[in-house]
Amino acid sequence: MTSQLYPRDWSRQPPADTPDYLTTRARSPKRKLIALADTALHTTGPIFNNDDLGSDDWDLLTNFAAPGETAIGPRLLIHGRVLDENGRAVPGTLVECWQANAGGRYRHKVDTYLAPIDPNFGGCGRTLTDAEGRYRFRTVQPGPYPWPNGPNTWRPAHIHFSVFGHAFAQRLITQCYFEGDPFIPLCAIVKAIPSAEAVDGLTAKLDMAATIPHDTVAYRFDIVLRGRSATFFENKPEGS
Amino acid sequence: MRSNTKLQPETASQTAGPYVHIGLAPQAAGFDIYDVASGADIAGPDAKGDRIRVEGTVWDGDGVPVKDVLIETWQANADGVFAGQGAVEAGFRGWGRIVSDFDTGEWGFDTVIPGPVAGQAPHVSLWIVARGINIGLHTRLYFADDPSDPVLSALDPAARATLIATETAPGLYRFDIHLQGARETVFFDV
Repeated sequence: MTSQLYPRDWSRQPPADTPDYLTTRARSPKRKLIALADTALHTTGPIFNNDDLGSDDWDLLTNFAAPGETAIGPRLLIHGRVLDENGRAVPGTLVECWQANAGGRYRHKVDTYLAPIDPNFGGCGRTLTDAEGRYRFRTVQPGPYPWPNGPNTWRPAHIHFSVFGHAFAQRLITQCYFEGDPFIPLCAIVKAIPSAEAVDGLTAKLDMAATIPHDTVAYRFDIVLRGRSATFFENKPEGS
Repeated sequence: MRSNTKLQPETASQTAGPYVHIGLAPQAAGFDIYDVASGADIAGPDAKGDRIRVEGTVWDGDGVPVKDVLIETWQANADGVFAGQGAVEAGFRGWGRIVSDFDTGEWGFDTVIPGPVAGQAPHVSLWIVARGINIGLHTRLYFADDPSDPVLSALDPAARATLIATETAPGLYRFDIHLQGARETVFFDV
């Protein structure tokens, strides 16, 4: 049985060289990628389990806060499912996130933005998806911030996501934006993506059904990893 | 027997950005938050095979080290078996996460030389992300040229050379990655 992933659909992915995003100029390979039919990368990848995580790693509101304190900012639940292109849930996979605080400042030694560090906010979380591929992070709404891509350039508010899937060729890092943010269409990193539909796929939607009354606003963000194109026998489940 | 059906497209990639360390390697960003760090120990204490160290730098098109790069590695054990695929030594993960020195761009990792897999010469798969890289770059590190390897043999000699690490001392390999230029590393569409 072969079990190849669908070839990557490059029409929906940002090319390496996107000149309006200045840093790509010197960091983009110029030669064509070489097609590599490596079954191992399509069928194997690192496995994580609960021993790798702390019980509150998913909760950015408190995972770096002093006892009894929480991060400052609008309380936010970002949640969704990790699926593959076949529409199947991707269970038990590691999802990691990182973000600026509510003022748009990162807890990172290279970030020198004017907005203050929040002493109770680290800005990172991680979790494993459940049996239905669901994940959730409790956090604060990140703020927009200026970045040195031009004389007056601002990143839309965003949360970075890193997802593994079950094969190393599914590995994905992306960013989730928030619907209605006027900075989205102005951002050179967003505009690196050649498809408006793909950009919409990165835009989290307000989810009133999941919002916790008097407590926390919820946004929904689903992540789709490459799916399997192989034919397989009904009595021989994929991966066996 | 039935075919799978593609119902929805893969989510678009976005750059890992300059602050990727916060999420994936917070100690490098400058703070301690997680009790368990991920990706520091690739082979574990009981792995069979030759213990080695690999060091390198990722270079941009201006010949400047990429000082904020993050690299993940994936490899089989000395028997050519991947973790999760079959029996491997306790503690062998085959996966690593490496951050460069912010001042020099130098990075390194300790592992064991993997065994051959499916007729391919021993190699480590690398996935490279950083600010200015819109979608993670896949490449491979081989320990020697091998004409019997189907991936290497399909490349011209100059391209092939970009995938082969140099042993500079016993057990110490050098692997520089060039994002552009005459020595641009071969990157793969996997």
